[in-house]
Amino acid sequence: MNNKVFSNIKIVAWSWAMVGPLTLKFFADYGATVIRVETSNRPCVTRTSAPFKDGKAGLNRSGYFNHFSGNMMSVSLNMGHPLAIGLAKELIAQADVVMENFTPGVMDKWGLGYEELKKIKPDIIMLRQNGFGTDGPYRNLAAFGMILAAIAGIPNFIGWPDRGPLPVGVGAYTDCISPRLASAALIAALDYRDKTGRGQLLDLAQYEAAIYFVLPGVLDYAVNGREPVRNGNACAYAVPHNVYPCKGKERWCTIAVFNDQQWAQLCGVLGKPEYIHDVRFETFLNRKQNEKEVDDLIKDWTADLTPEEVMIQLQGAGIPAGVVENAADLYTDPQLRHRNLFWPIDHSEMGSFTHLGTSLELSKTPAQAYMPSPCLGEHNEYVLTELLGKTDEEFIELFEAGVLE
Amino acid sequence: MTDQVLGKKMLQGCRALDLTDEKGFLCGKILADLGVDVIKVEKPGGDPSRRIGPFWHDIVHPEKSLYWFAYNSDKRGITLNIETADGREIFKKLVKTSDFIIESFPPGYMETLGLGYSALSNIKGTIILTSITPFGQRGPYRDYEASDIVVMAMSGELFLTGDSDRPPVNISIPQACLHAGADAAVGTLIAYHHRRKSGEGQHVDISMQQSAAWFLATTIPYWEINKIIQGRVGTFRSGSINTVQRQVWPCKDGYVFFFMMGGMQGAKTCRPLVKWMDDEGMGDEFLMTFEWEQFDMATATQELIDRISKPIANFFLVHTKKEVLEAAITKNISVCPLFSMQDLLNDPHLAARGYWKQIEYPELKMPIPYPKQFIRSSENEVTTRFRAPLIGEHNGEIYGEIGLSGQEVVTLKEAGII
Repeated sequence: MNNKVFSNIKIVAWSWAMVGPLTLKFFADYGATVIRVETSNRPCVTRTSAPFKDGKAGLNRSGYFNHFSGNMMSVSLNMGHPLAIGLAKELIAQADVVMENFTPGVMDKWGLGYEELKKIKPDIIMLRQNGFGTDGPYRNLAAFGMILAAIAGIPNFIGWPDRGPLPVGVGAYTDCISPRLASAALIAALDYRDKTGRGQLLDLAQYEAAIYFVLPGVLDYAVNGREPVRNGNACAYAVPHNVYPCKGKERWCTIAVFNDQQWAQLCGVLGKPEYIHDVRFETFLNRKQNEKEVDDLIKDWTADLTPEEVMIQLQGAGIPAGVVENAADLYTDPQLRHRNLFWPIDHSEMGSFTHLGTSLELSKTPAQAYMPSPCLGEHNEYVLTELLGKTDEEFIELFEAGVLE
Repeated sequence: MTDQVLGKKMLQGCRALDLTDEKGFLCGKILADLGVDVIKVEKPGGDPSRRIGPFWHDIVHPEKSLYWFAYNSDKRGITLNIETADGREIFKKLVKTSDFIIESFPPGYMETLGLGYSALSNIKGTIILTSITPFGQRGPYRDYEASDIVVMAMSGELFLTGDSDRPPVNISIPQACLHAGADAAVGTLIAYHHRRKSGEGQHVDISMQQSAAWFLATTIPYWEINKIIQGRVGTFRSGSINTVQRQVWPCKDGYVFFFMMGGMQGAKTCRPLVKWMDDEGMGDEFLMTFEWEQFDMATATQELIDRISKPIANFFLVHTKKEVLEAAITKNISVCPLFSMQDLLNDPHLAARGYWKQIEYPELKMPIPYPKQFIRSSENEVTTRFRAPLIGEHNGEIYGEIGLSGQEVVTLKEAGII
């Protein structure tokens, strides 16, 4: 049987940066027809971002864009052209879902707000993921993931006592938060539509979604009046709990010990069984009081080992430990390979190129790589002639009129 | 079917049994907000994850964990010891009434109890089992021990976060479980969509490592294309391979986050900033005539970046978070302050959107603010409705539904089964 879960779903998307494609991936990887409407007049910021294949910039050569856009189609429409709006409406008439994540006015300016979409397709589901939502005083503030993470308060939880707050290393952190929440709601909305025949407008503010990821901190303030403090890698209920330097430049391993048993095991691996009952370390409270000494002992041991050696030895003794993986480590990580996180797919301009796979494993309906990330406008002909039924002559006319830029 | 039959929740009529600890809280929370009847199944005495802080008034007590509160509202709660034969029989009865089982035990644990996916699907063919574990159900690391910092390390997130002159630093609120929990909700619902079409259930396998590794921006492509390993740049941000630019800027009463860009996009935000500086008497001749459209962060020298940054840094230093945010809104500058927890609770934007909702905790004699909803729907109610469950709070009503008498519930309680 057909195991493309969303083979019956068609999504038309005006998506920008990462929130759009990451949301679309959940549907595209499970078989939905996903059509991204783009334009070369104002290409997506990821199409114009490095790294580029062979260092040569080009709209179809960005490793950033192409890593995240597998299984999707691209149609180029110059939305400034009146005929383009008409074509967009024809596409929407066939769609189950319209998705967008610009600042709120953009779709409305084109006459593609939700009320208009409903006239074209009464049971349409429109998903909007604007930075601050479709209303409220900040709605028009153009926001990227990095500054959204800041206003949501996340950097308060990152850093050292003697220094200021730090951003999440993956700058646009919120870009991976809202797509998951939005996708869950969107699938539920499709279910609801199938049962009732009713579509809807879904309005997710990326800012609001991000607050879910610091919620215990908000409650701590609301109840106890306490703002977060930056405390490095310390954990209130674990010691050692840190990142330790290993052999080589920028090689690190994490170790986290939560109880006496793991501590005893750790002492065994370190070849220091005498520390198990050393008064400085015997109880959790002792270890917490002498945390720096504990860390120094471990550093002495890790300094001569690779992080992989540290991890394997400690995991062998049942102690939580893990390599601080860099890009090269991730690329070859045996567990991520085993679960097919990365999909090598041939791309006309990138060659064989690693596309991001799915983060989910479904036993009966696995995600699949159907096609590479699209070149800008790659599916114009398919979309216009096959889906919209334009004749070849009409297609050429539209092309010559500059509608398909 | 009519609306009256379905009610106003998208997933009205679905039920989930949520056996997760903190690794999977968010999955059930999302499903509950979308209308699933989520029943938290804890071991008698309460789940150990109730011991995670912070706590209400710093009282360490399983009924006072704010961490537990945060992600378990809108779930009902029962206690059940599934390691006993009686407990398993009761569990199987509950499975028959359910659509989803969510669990976060070590891989293989459910099988050892005779409650693995195949056993559950024999009880109910359409059941969807969603498992959330540090590394997934299969593969070389499946039995590895883990905690948030270990998973964040092995996902690549940690290596990128922190100052370049210090070790990598983790986010102190556990994040990997949230990425995985949210992924689990999506995976569960994809499986549900398939079930509606095909009538078959399946096993959804979520790895925290993989969920956290799923978005690393340009990390993987930079390695594949240029063999460059992106490192930590602290409060800065990689402008290109050879340059950095500040993104965390001290202001008068805290910090603001801002990064400059060139091109049309960059000009749109940098030019009004420079004009605002001039309006306030801190104009910089060099910046006022600067051609932002021609400026390209990928090729700019560090000297140029530093030259642009200096007057901007001085300007932010004499302005408050509030002033910067107001200017951002009125002048269209992409800059945001770092909000404190207090700022979040008092934010006029969130107030205008009705974001915070007070949820009563009668036992604590106070309400606690929750996000009213993670998404707004024009059609359905997607809201936080009631507080997190007490230990075994709904034993009576839920066990009553599957036909256990009050006396049987008492007996089972005495036997340590519920």
